[in-house]
Amino acid sequence: MKHTLAVLVENRPGVLTRIAGLFARRGYNIDSLAVGRTDNPLISRMTIVVDGDDRVIEQVSKQLYKLIDVIKLTDITNDEYVDREMILIKVNADPAIRGEIMQIVEIFRARIVDIGRNSLIIEATGDEGKINAIESALRPFGIREVVRTGKIAMSRGPKHKNGKSQELL
Amino acid sequence: MSSAVLEELQVRSRDDVNKAIKEEHLTGAQILLKALEKEGVEVIFGYPGGANIPIYDELYRTKNITHILTRHEQGAVHAADGYARATGKPGVCLATSGPGATNLVTGIANAYMDSIPLVAITGQVALGLLGRDSFQEADITGITTPITKYSYLVKDVRDLARIVHEAFHLATTGRPGPVLIDLPKDITVQKAEFKYPPELDLPGYKPRTMINAAQIGKAAQAILEAKRPVIFAGGGVINAGASKELLALATLTGAPVTYSLMGKGAFPDAHPQCLGMVGMHGTAYANYAVWESDLLIGLGVRFDDRVTGKLSTFASQAKVIHIDIDPAELGKNVVAHVPIAGDVKEALSELLKVLKAKGCNLDLASWRQKIDNWKREYPLRYEKSGNVIKPQYVIEQINEVTKGEAYIVTEVGQHQMWAAQYYQSSKPRTFFTSGGLGTMGFGLPAAMGVQMAHPEAVVFNIAGDGSIQMNSQEFATIVHNKLPINVAILNNHYLGMVRQWQELFFGKRYSHTDMTGQPDFVKLAEAYGAVGLRVEKPEDVRPALEEAAASPRAYILDFVVDESENVFPMVPAGASLNEMLGR
Repeated sequence: MKHTLAVLVENRPGVLTRIAGLFARRGYNIDSLAVGRTDNPLISRMTIVVDGDDRVIEQVSKQLYKLIDVIKLTDITNDEYVDREMILIKVNADPAIRGEIMQIVEIFRARIVDIGRNSLIIEATGDEGKINAIESALRPFGIREVVRTGKIAMSRGPKHKNGKSQELL
Repeated sequence: MSSAVLEELQVRSRDDVNKAIKEEHLTGAQILLKALEKEGVEVIFGYPGGANIPIYDELYRTKNITHILTRHEQGAVHAADGYARATGKPGVCLATSGPGATNLVTGIANAYMDSIPLVAITGQVALGLLGRDSFQEADITGITTPITKYSYLVKDVRDLARIVHEAFHLATTGRPGPVLIDLPKDITVQKAEFKYPPELDLPGYKPRTMINAAQIGKAAQAILEAKRPVIFAGGGVINAGASKELLALATLTGAPVTYSLMGKGAFPDAHPQCLGMVGMHGTAYANYAVWESDLLIGLGVRFDDRVTGKLSTFASQAKVIHIDIDPAELGKNVVAHVPIAGDVKEALSELLKVLKAKGCNLDLASWRQKIDNWKREYPLRYEKSGNVIKPQYVIEQINEVTKGEAYIVTEVGQHQMWAAQYYQSSKPRTFFTSGGLGTMGFGLPAAMGVQMAHPEAVVFNIAGDGSIQMNSQEFATIVHNKLPINVAILNNHYLGMVRQWQELFFGKRYSHTDMTGQPDFVKLAEAYGAVGLRVEKPEDVRPALEEAAASPRAYILDFVVDESENVFPMVPAGASLNEMLGR
């Protein structure tokens, strides 16, 4: 099962290497990892999606928590949370079929952010399902390039009072 | 006042100001050494090179820190490791950039696997040369990230004092381990004000300090209900200084005690409840006891595969209480019914209180009877011989000659297992071995660290003829520093442990384990200025050991032992603990 971990880390050089290295070395399966700084420039937040059973997730969490740079780790999988991913898709778009693509973009409430002679770049945000859906809707036109950010997630409700979520250890 | 005088006065005061600035501001190298002094460092093992010359220049001036020049950086790191094991204080080693730094890697990994507090300081090329594949450049912080508790690359001299302070704190608190500080050359000559931060700011570092009282209650309950308990002590007991509490628990409950290789010394071997070591080369009675136990109390252990054998059958009838300072160890290999995260000493103190309050009165008579029967039926044994020296006999004799009071260091291989089986340790921090990584070449340099920590003690490095050749250059360091280390080589002319596996599991195809082409170890000893003795008859073993133990000189004793001797009992890799060969 996929788990979503919210990890606060110190914004120091080498942090990402340490975390990615931990996954590689211990054979954990990392699904996605998104990172950016928080309101505090000294602290970054990572959203890590990991695939594994409870035992694996427990070990992942404990090993992550052991890293000196990891300040706080929360498994928000069973929480109510909002998650988003962003995608940029460059799709083949001859002038003749642009209208059709624009309709799809409309339906998904996505945006066209660039027009080339024979291609469009489309930007969309949403949960994983929506992103997958827009990607497959555009596939028939011929996708030239795709870039996805990976999932970012945040528990609903006030900070530090996120339902059943457990601060691990 | 003449203008000349005035000018001179101005010059003088300018000099005074400059001097004052100089006094306040130290170079990186000075800051490093001052910080090390503040951390109570007395000895550094190291090797100079281009990138750390400014540090050595400062060492030249300092009187408070002894520097031991090893002959190889690997020698330095193992020596620092041995010093740390012997004292409980962090060991410190120093190497230059590039190859100097990478030569530390094995020793750092060794300390990491065995949870030994260590601070490794490496020189690095100047900041401006970093990342350009410069001469003697290696990304040592990157290389060591998976084998250190933390690693620092110092990029600003103003951070240096704080980093040293943090490094020692990280190395020694919580689960101990190695920390690396990589110090670019220009940082060592740049100047900054020396400020030693009293407070540490490590928001992500919270070693477990509170013991969960509810879990202690559950553990106590499980102990009170146990019919066939076994206490299993690991290196964590020694690191935590919890031997007294372990003895108290054993006495209070009457439960038998076994230990891992790293736990040797945590509990006296001579104690009637002691089962010796468990696992691949553990005693048969320890393995049977764990196999049939209904409660296994794991203290500061990590359930290594050399201990558990086949995981699915390991102590399968037992409830497991697992106390460890590292929460990630709980449930990593063996599922714990009562996991307790915390310092073993504190947890045991709490547990003892609760047990005493509840009135611990276990009736283990039939369990003890069963174990005693196993002890009688399957003792550690070997065939004695009057003609050829049995390696086990040498260990027994070392034990007798030193009355079990020596500091024993081992290399890795058959001799290591025989030492663990036949040497009777009586107290913690007297038996030193590479448990987790199994590093051949560990023993000799580690013995230097142990002897530096205990100059008056009798130190024996029990070695194989294979292992001793992996860091034998350190004989020079030993003799130069007048360290009276005794090396007992159990020379069977083979890489014995691999040969044993080849014999048992690879159809006696002894592929490249015959050590033909060995040096003459007696001459080698003499070449370095030590005393060398070759011992070929059983009756000469004891006099040789007595001579070496009594002498203030370094000795190499080349015991020519039975080539065909194997280490038994043996649980084949991946088999269950009750499936022992040669018990």
